Amino acid sequence: MRPGLDSRLMMRREGFRLDVVLGIDPGQTVALLGPNGAGKTTVVGALSGLVPLDGGYIRLGGRILEDPVTGTLVGPAERRIGVMFQDGVLFPHLSALENVAFGLRSRRVPRREARRRAAGWLEAVGLDALSGRRPDRLSGGQRQRVALARALITEPAMLLLDEPFSALDVSSRAGLRRMLQDHLADFEGPSLLITHDPTEAFLLADRLVVLENGSVVQEGNADQIRLRPASPYAADLAGVNLVVGTASGRVLTVGNHRLVVPEAASGRVIATIHPRAISIHLDRPGGSPRNSWPTRIERIDHHADRVRVQTGHPLPVTAEITPDAQTGLNLAPGSEVWLSVKATEIQVNAG
Amino acid sequence: MTEDQDSIRKASRRSGGRSGTVRRPRRPPAFIAIPATIGLALFALPVLGLLGRAPWRRLATLLGSDLALEALRLSAISSVSAAVISLLLGVPVAWTLCRYDFPGRSLLRGLVLLPMVLPPVVGGAALLFALGRRGLVGSPLYEATGLVLPFSTGGVILAGVFVAMPLMVLTVEGGLRSLDHRFERAAETLGAGRWTVLRRVTIPMIAPSVVAGTALTWARALGEFGATLTFAGNLEGRTQTLPLAVFVALESDRDAALALSLVMVIVSLAVLVALRDHWWRSR
Repeated sequence: MRPGLDSRLMMRREGFRLDVVLGIDPGQTVALLGPNGAGKTTVVGALSGLVPLDGGYIRLGGRILEDPVTGTLVGPAERRIGVMFQDGVLFPHLSALENVAFGLRSRRVPRREARRRAAGWLEAVGLDALSGRRPDRLSGGQRQRVALARALITEPAMLLLDEPFSALDVSSRAGLRRMLQDHLADFEGPSLLITHDPTEAFLLADRLVVLENGSVVQEGNADQIRLRPASPYAADLAGVNLVVGTASGRVLTVGNHRLVVPEAASGRVIATIHPRAISIHLDRPGGSPRNSWPTRIERIDHHADRVRVQTGHPLPVTAEITPDAQTGLNLAPGSEVWLSVKATEIQVNAG
Repeated sequence: MTEDQDSIRKASRRSGGRSGTVRRPRRPPAFIAIPATIGLALFALPVLGLLGRAPWRRLATLLGSDLALEALRLSAISSVSAAVISLLLGVPVAWTLCRYDFPGRSLLRGLVLLPMVLPPVVGGAALLFALGRRGLVGSPLYEATGLVLPFSTGGVILAGVFVAMPLMVLTVEGGLRSLDHRFERAAETLGAGRWTVLRRVTIPMIAPSVVAGTALTWARALGEFGATLTFAGNLEGRTQTLPLAVFVALESDRDAALALSLVMVIVSLAVLVALRDHWWRSR
């Protein structure tokens, strides 16, 4: 029996079946990715104990939380799974401090002690100055920080992060992500990040699990999924090119390569480029794309209706083209080509 | 609530959640304004009529009479009692109707709301058949305890509960229904047991509905007439509440009737206005 999370979640709903085997080692973060309706919300409900399993089992830290065969069912209050809900779900009638202290008060920690420790946690998420505020007077990013502190204060055996970024604008995402990175690194139990955003998944998780129609279609790290995506959806999310570099104004420097980006930034940034935004040319392209560079094709993967082309130095990326285009350009591994991408197709996130 | 917070809330409501630029127009167009003015006049005129005819100079004397004081005292006791009983019974009724699925729930919901549409006289008669000394429940109750509800202050309270409790059930059920379940679930995952969830999350979050329901129930019980008259009668000092006293006084002493009516209008209006400001603002 593994000491982290060891589970098989089987649930039946009208017109929907979920059957997911999910194991997470202590200290490991797994991202569960999937399109809408894949069953991500059902997984959250099952693990947190809010929706009972129809079959399978859940073990956490060697403790059986649920097993329909033997009738074992530990309620949500005793599972010790800290959940960071979508949109935070902070109690609107309580201050930030009281929200964080809630879990301790529920476990009968005396008020003064609970408040002292909650203040410490608010400080750890950088919100000590706002401890008296109610959630309606906090920004989206601040609310998620309170939600994180509220989940961590109870020293849960596992962390469950349900779409923590979905309600946030781009500028608050980076801050929350850095904070999550720090806290996930310190957290000793298994963590599960539910998301539909591949960028967040790549940056925060050690391993990705792709869920579609209630079952796992693929799992592995980003490179494994990039090399052999098991479904169009997996190809889509793994194929997103991540470029880490240093920005100065509208110029992003990666190694000794330079990209023009749509908005000015400074310092370390993470840029994402969708593979379909990259075009391949045999000669130096003229016209509007300001980002173009010569490179060599390293690898070509064929999928049903698309071709994924991986290129090498100076900026390794994956481009996606149609089979017709590949035939037309007569592309093969080793071909010398030019790549181009419009500045407006590059999405920049603060690193 | 601070003023600052208040203005944030107002701003976000105006613009549908975003800190926006949408302004509420200052004046409705004529095709709205004219019927709205007539409608509002319909509410305002009777009150104005009452105020215009009120015997202001003799008010203290009129309200100081034994008949008036007794009616005031009785109305205060019975309406507050009816509101408290409605609170204790109505909240669990609303809870059951909202949170549990069982056969016959729609029928029960209809039954609960029946007193709102039934003529109060019919309600009073029904109470009499059920709880009168020879009634379905009243008869064994009398045999066992000697308790007689009709024509007693207890009967006044019961009639008030019967007629006013639907308002409590409706309001609280509405509050429970609009409460996002995820708050209670979040509390559970934080280790809160049923009682803690109830005490620290559910009840505080539906408190505005409960307060509004209590006030509405109280105001309705205060104004109750038909069921009280039928079930509890019109006994001075025992069952003659303010509305009954007004009804009697209209025949004998118009000024006394006006004075008592004035008390009811002012008290009820004060409660409703206060409610609107404090609890209905955020809806």
